[in-house]
Amino acid sequence: MTNPVPIIELRGITKSFGPVDVLKGINFKVYAGQVTALVGDNGAGKSTLIKGLAGVQPYDGGTVHFAGEQIEINSPTQASSHGIEVVYQDLALCENLDIVQNMFLGKEVMKGGTLNEPEMELQATKALKSLSVKTVKAVRQKVSSLSGGQRQTVAIARSVLRESKVVILDEPTAALGVAQTEQVLNLVRNLANQGVAVIMISHNISDVFEVADQISVLYLGGLVANLTTKDSTYDEVISYITGTKTQEGVK
Amino acid sequence: MSEKVTSLASGNEGNLRDHAFGYLARVKGGDMGSMPAILGVIILAGVFEFLSPFFITKLNFANLFVQSAELTMLSSALVFVILIAEIDLSAGVTGGVALAVFIDLIKAEKWPWIPALIAGFVAGILIGVVIGFLVAKIGVPSFVVSLAFFLGFQGMQLVLLGDGGVYRIEVPAVIAIMNSNLPLWGGWLLLLVCITCSLSFSIWDRGRRARTGLDNKPLSIVVIRLGILSMLGTAAVYYMNLNRSMGQVPIKGVPIVTPITIVILAIGTFVLDRTRFGRHLYAVGGNPEAARRAGIKVVGIRISAFIICSFLAVVSGVFHASRIGSVDGTAGHTIVLSGVAAAVVGGVSLFGGRGRLAHAAIGALVISMIDNGLGLLQMPAGISYLVQGGVLLMAATIDALSRRRNGSVSRT
Repeated sequence: MTNPVPIIELRGITKSFGPVDVLKGINFKVYAGQVTALVGDNGAGKSTLIKGLAGVQPYDGGTVHFAGEQIEINSPTQASSHGIEVVYQDLALCENLDIVQNMFLGKEVMKGGTLNEPEMELQATKALKSLSVKTVKAVRQKVSSLSGGQRQTVAIARSVLRESKVVILDEPTAALGVAQTEQVLNLVRNLANQGVAVIMISHNISDVFEVADQISVLYLGGLVANLTTKDSTYDEVISYITGTKTQEGVK
Repeated sequence: MSEKVTSLASGNEGNLRDHAFGYLARVKGGDMGSMPAILGVIILAGVFEFLSPFFITKLNFANLFVQSAELTMLSSALVFVILIAEIDLSAGVTGGVALAVFIDLIKAEKWPWIPALIAGFVAGILIGVVIGFLVAKIGVPSFVVSLAFFLGFQGMQLVLLGDGGVYRIEVPAVIAIMNSNLPLWGGWLLLLVCITCSLSFSIWDRGRRARTGLDNKPLSIVVIRLGILSMLGTAAVYYMNLNRSMGQVPIKGVPIVTPITIVILAIGTFVLDRTRFGRHLYAVGGNPEAARRAGIKVVGIRISAFIICSFLAVVSGVFHASRIGSVDGTAGHTIVLSGVAAAVVGGVSLFGGRGRLAHAAIGALVISMIDNGLGLLQMPAGISYLVQGGVLLMAATIDALSRRRNGSVSRT
């Protein structure tokens, strides 16, 4: 293990909707500088787990620890004050604004009561360059003119600007073509190399194997496996996801 | 797709030629802005000048300017709500109600005119607060809310003024707005101030970019823009400073409404382009969900947009009263649809998030020219409405098509 203290640790997390227990006592660790993939079939509880971390939908029970300290996350504001940023699948970009404007939306740099455009442009350019982004040509393009991969790039780069400590990516490659997927995965890798803890939800196991350091598998509301990517195999992960295998042994 | 480029550009590099091609590419891509409306102004001027010898005359030129002022103001008011993809059909009658309050306080309560006018503006602001609250907080569609207010306020005007009540405005300062002119030097001073402001903003922006170490657009673009502004401005001031009277008493000078309109448009443009509020307004119009997630107080932004709209609608109402010289129970009933038309014709997108105040002003000029030109040709009013309707339909179609070209429609 590179870092003994996980930046995020969930202990005994539970969440239920009425009579349905969606999360049944999850223990989950995320380390800085690593990509942790969160996999599982539909309905396994991935989204619920993430929404709790994002503060959108607080957990019912269990504790959240940030760098060893117990914290409360009951609202998106609290989450972002701890440097937890979520890049949702729909990306939430304003198409009528340009890249710089989108990256600084809600966190504009001001000078003398007016927008400090040159400073924002400079910082946005730096953030994109720090991720070795090669797909975006000009930072003053409107988002409406960007492709899916470029939009994903902008959304991820935004979390760099905000100096996030934990970035949660919800299916970042879901709607992308082969080349664009490759670019986004490189971006995810670069993000982790900057010391950010990345949690990536994905259905695409080959993407997970390409970029993740750790793989956590959810199955029907329980965390059934924590695997190190290099010691694991494709088939092993699939069998955890489908429930034919548990960490104690084959069913 | 050629997506491999090693460094990041800002879009400011390149020479004048590159920028010209860049602009053409944007127009082709569907981002036309007010270009069709500007072409419209030129074509209309040509057609009407050909058909009516009176169209381009000193008197009509100033007349057109004054006539379009109240429409410009109303359509600018509407820009603020159209930008967040809402509508305020009651903007016209809001002005009417504010005027009714104003005249009522003067006539019945014997208030001095300044507090009465302030009371009118306060009434307008309150109307904006209520509409904004119902739309943004409760979630009633703005179309329905403002339609209800449109109907209700027509009644309120009658209640305040009494059936068939027509009140002359005996406040010289209000009458002067549309009917008096600046002294000759005032027009030139106005032009000088405009050019100086425009120049200083350019210099300031360029200096700031240069200090940050970023590229600037070629200087020639600034020079060309400033050149066009000075040329048009000089021609307009010169023309309006000539005696345009057909009687004994000379009429000359730039109408007083001009500096008022310019100042309001300039402040509005400044707010939209350079403040956090303006940026958030565009964001809410482009993608409210994204704005909410970015931590923007969407409800507050929406309510503010309606307040600004109502406030400027009252300004438009005051212009109207000044031109007519009286207030009656029908003030502002018909203008609102022309205001929407002007904004859309000028290039403001009804889908929200795209448009500027200058677009509204140019659109208002197009609509006013149609009205004025067809009037001079002694066409019946019906024809004018038909043509305006056609132009609006055309503009809205262009807007929808350009959105489709942009690829924005497919994303729901």
